[in-house]
Amino acid sequence: LIGLVLRRLAQIALTLLLLSAVFFFLIGLMPGDPIAVAIAGDPKLGPEDAARLRALHGLDQPLWWRFAAWLGALAQGEFGHSRLFAQPAAQVLWPALLSTLQLLGVALALAASLGIALGALAAARPRSAGAVDALAILGQSVPAFWLGILLIILFAVELGWLPAGGAPGEGQRALGFLVLPVATLALANLAAYARHGAASIAHALTEPHIRTARARGASCARVLWGHAFPNAAVPLLQVAALDAGALVGGALITETVFARPGMGKLLYDAVLGSDFNLALLALLLVALVTMLATLAADLAQRALDPRVVR
Amino acid sequence: MRKLPALFLALALASPAAAQPRDTLTIGITQFPSTFHPNIDSMAAKSYVLGFARRPLTAYDADWRLACLACETVPTLANGLAALETTPEGRAGIRVTYRLREGLRWADGTPVSSEDLRFAWEAGRAFETGFGPAEFYRSAYELIVVDERTVTLRFDRVTFEFASAGDFTPLPARIERPRWEADRRGYRSRTGYDTETTNPALWNGPFRITSVQAGAAITLERNPHWNGAQPAFRRIVVRTVENTPALEAQLLAGQLDMIAGELGLPLDQATALERRAQARFRFHYQPGLIYEHIDLNLDHPLLADRRVRHALILSADRAQIAQRLFDGRQPLAHTSVNPLDPAHDSGVRQWPFDLARANALLDEAGFRERGADGIRRNAGGERLAFEFMTTAGNRSREQVQQVLQGMWRQAGVEVRIRNEPPRVFFGETLNRRRFQMAMFAWISSPENVPRTTLHSDEIPRAERNWSGQNYMGFRNARMDEILEALPEILEREARLPVWRELQAIYAEELPAIPLWFRSDAHVWPAWLDGVRPTGHLAPSTLWAEHWRLR
Repeated sequence: LIGLVLRRLAQIALTLLLLSAVFFFLIGLMPGDPIAVAIAGDPKLGPEDAARLRALHGLDQPLWWRFAAWLGALAQGEFGHSRLFAQPAAQVLWPALLSTLQLLGVALALAASLGIALGALAAARPRSAGAVDALAILGQSVPAFWLGILLIILFAVELGWLPAGGAPGEGQRALGFLVLPVATLALANLAAYARHGAASIAHALTEPHIRTARARGASCARVLWGHAFPNAAVPLLQVAALDAGALVGGALITETVFARPGMGKLLYDAVLGSDFNLALLALLLVALVTMLATLAADLAQRALDPRVVR
Repeated sequence: MRKLPALFLALALASPAAAQPRDTLTIGITQFPSTFHPNIDSMAAKSYVLGFARRPLTAYDADWRLACLACETVPTLANGLAALETTPEGRAGIRVTYRLREGLRWADGTPVSSEDLRFAWEAGRAFETGFGPAEFYRSAYELIVVDERTVTLRFDRVTFEFASAGDFTPLPARIERPRWEADRRGYRSRTGYDTETTNPALWNGPFRITSVQAGAAITLERNPHWNGAQPAFRRIVVRTVENTPALEAQLLAGQLDMIAGELGLPLDQATALERRAQARFRFHYQPGLIYEHIDLNLDHPLLADRRVRHALILSADRAQIAQRLFDGRQPLAHTSVNPLDPAHDSGVRQWPFDLARANALLDEAGFRERGADGIRRNAGGERLAFEFMTTAGNRSREQVQQVLQGMWRQAGVEVRIRNEPPRVFFGETLNRRRFQMAMFAWISSPENVPRTTLHSDEIPRAERNWSGQNYMGFRNARMDEILEALPEILEREARLPVWRELQAIYAEELPAIPLWFRSDAHVWPAWLDGVRPTGHLAPSTLWAEHWRLR
């Protein structure tokens, strides 16, 4: 097992290196020049200022040279400075990452637990499958931004129960600011777990050992959660692992609608603003989280199913 | 399940919608400052926030007059604080004396002094420091400290704007000079403004920054050493909400007290909100210096014909568009000079909608025949068709484009819409002049001489590394003469006829189709008074000490 983990970690490191080159050149080759955009917004910036500022930000150097310089600095543990936020890139990134992990963690847990419960209901009570399916289709087809706006109108503007968005200020409880974004993100992702859960558990319920358990007089709940679910959980783990990365995309929408600072929005701004250091670090972090989640899912799968040997 | 209502109740109590004491004002804006250093990078969000916390030497006020903020008297030739002279190189120069206001202190109690101005000047003159616009520092070749509160600047160029110190603002030398001297090139990332933003020694306005939540909120509290009018609020919270529907929702939910017009709701959203929430908020629409227009590429053979340009403006019912889309709240533009600007000429040629005259002009230009599609053609069969671009995603501009497309079709002119993200539009297309018609806005300051946009030397070319902002390719010898002479005419009365001629050439030649001047929509709580939006680059927050409770 240790060998496997070390091998996978080495693969992750190599993948990150390759990804960093791909990300760097893709961002660098995007058309447009951030200094030209700045000039359009400031009548006092002239051509001489533009040339000076380009040199100052290193934007007058060839792309390969900038990449080499970035890698060199990274090797010395220097993550660089964010051009957009005038702060060390890592310092900008950590609070955003924590905020997004908080949002994604709670949303993922809620979506998975509710989705699997609904899936189990559909598998164990086939007559309820239609209702669960309808709910899943509804969850999948309602755009997250629209659902978010509806929730804001109802719970923040009309009822005034919850904040409409933003980040908690001094002395404000974080929980209230989390409810609507989590609900939006979780509802949008619940459908996948409900459908995969229903299919996996229904399949597991047809296994011979389930019949044996029933013959031994095990209760319905015991059969469902004690015997069928551990087998059905294996594919669901993979769904959850892949979701960890995909949810960042969902977080962008949720964070935008709820004006919640986080990785999704930060990544978007950094890429569009040609903030190389920040964009690269953020993209690599998202890739790292996804790969680590996949590794964790693989390890969990091995633990749940001893037949899996790689 | 019985715990659920209790949970909701607890959350409701935790909600910021709960009543806040009236000594706090919470403001929503749509951008977060990229830096808190007054001289690094210009951006509206930074100007707005720093307006509470620092005072520049001078600024244009809400009446568009130059006023002293950190200084005592605006220097003029008449009061002797400005004097013409000759530079050591024998050029015409001017020396200008500023005296800092008595009692002006940093929020740690230290007096603001000439040394703070000297440091700001030295750092600005060292171009590796990376201050934004550097023209002021290039021209100010010497700073003489007269006494603890007085400095004299010597300029190697005489312009009528000599008294305006622009972004020249005292910087706390005690805090900043050691950082700057240690590493001038790295000063941008080492400045105390970004590494210890809440240090009171950095701020000299009526408020000081006491907390920063990156990307989300900035809290300011009263500067105990401020000796001007005492502000009505103990605390100001500026929250950033980039998404304007979310900004509106937070206002309606009570999380925000007001939305700043300088960086707030688009006009159409504000007018819609006004219809729904008139009773709760006061709405103020401030026309400003953001000039919406359509640049025409004059190197395009069809657009080079002045009759075609005249026909385009005559067949565009701009007044109707402004009325329908913006509730008539954006004043029509006839040139790039704003009607509120002292340089504006109200007698300048205007172009009211006149489709018949437009048709006659296009006939005259050789586009007599109309094809089955209704589009005009000339004798050579060439269709009267153009590509029309703007910034993709700007809903308001995209709506205007569609309306104009329909209006021009009536005149037999086809425009094909092709929009690009701002980054590509401003960063590639405009400055390389790869467009035919391009709709965007210029922002300027009062009596701003439009040299960078209208002088023939400012046409972007490959040999100039595509620098310059005369994207239209406008070449007019008389305009060039005016643009060179105008800054050097010191008497306002003497400048006015020259400004009139400049506007007359612009209105006649129409290198761009003027549309309107954008208005800022300010949304204030009913209990707030005293906010005076300026409509130009100086934010209303520079006078925040006069904001009062009703």
